[in-house]
Amino acid sequence: MSDPAAAKPRPQFRNIGLSNILFSYRLPPAGRVSILHRVSGALLFLALPLIVSIFAMSIVSEAGFLALATITGFLPVKLIFLVLVWAYLHHFCAGIRYLTLDLHMGLDKVSAQKSAGVVFGVSLALTLVFALKLFGAW
Amino acid sequence: MAFVEKNQQIGPKRVVVGAHYGTFDFIVQRVTAVILAIYTIILLIGFLSMSGVTYDGWLNLFTFTVGMFPMGQVLATLAFISISWHAWIGVRDIWMDYVKPVGVRMLLQVLTILWLVGTLAYFVHILWRV
Repeated sequence: MSDPAAAKPRPQFRNIGLSNILFSYRLPPAGRVSILHRVSGALLFLALPLIVSIFAMSIVSEAGFLALATITGFLPVKLIFLVLVWAYLHHFCAGIRYLTLDLHMGLDKVSAQKSAGVVFGVSLALTLVFALKLFGAW
Repeated sequence: MAFVEKNQQIGPKRVVVGAHYGTFDFIVQRVTAVILAIYTIILLIGFLSMSGVTYDGWLNLFTFTVGMFPMGQVLATLAFISISWHAWIGVRDIWMDYVKPVGVRMLLQVLTILWLVGTLAYFVHILWRV
């Protein structure tokens, strides 16, 4: 390790505003997983009535089920589905990580940052699989 | 408002929109998470083992029976109760982190409960009439 006194002074942030949060302050992977866990959870909470409405349409009658399939052909609907699926997958994968951390597994700095990377890798890969299916790659 | 030490937040100084200072919500958050993770896997396996995405197959995921017992509907209802409870704790934590005035926080918490209970009622109504 280099001499701490000789090291470049770390940037300090005071009176943090939105622009600092979004653009200046760079979170480590675990921090990104954490804030996105909150954002995705809030998003799913706000979208819950919409999700149940979509579920209702799909389940109440076969006509509704088929109509939903037609609606899903439109790009804005696809994008809404994609965002919701990403939110669920991120919340799911990050949640599994937190459950393992609660069991005191992978608490050290290196493996905690590594598992945060795994959360992004798995959730984004699964989102990509869903996106390919949604846009009719097969 | 003056800063009050945690161990002095008693009697009239209690934070009335706090988290009851308990381990209970912490445990509930994790238990409901595990329930939802297991239900997600069950649904996913059921969905992927369908022979083609048809209305009947989709309906069956939520309405299948074991003997006379409406297992699909009971599991989905339990899962949705877990969602509501899990979301309540999570969203309340967000209000507690970012919204400090007691009155505003109280209002947001009440609206959160109405939002979640209303959605739960809607879900149960839909699920049990098909």
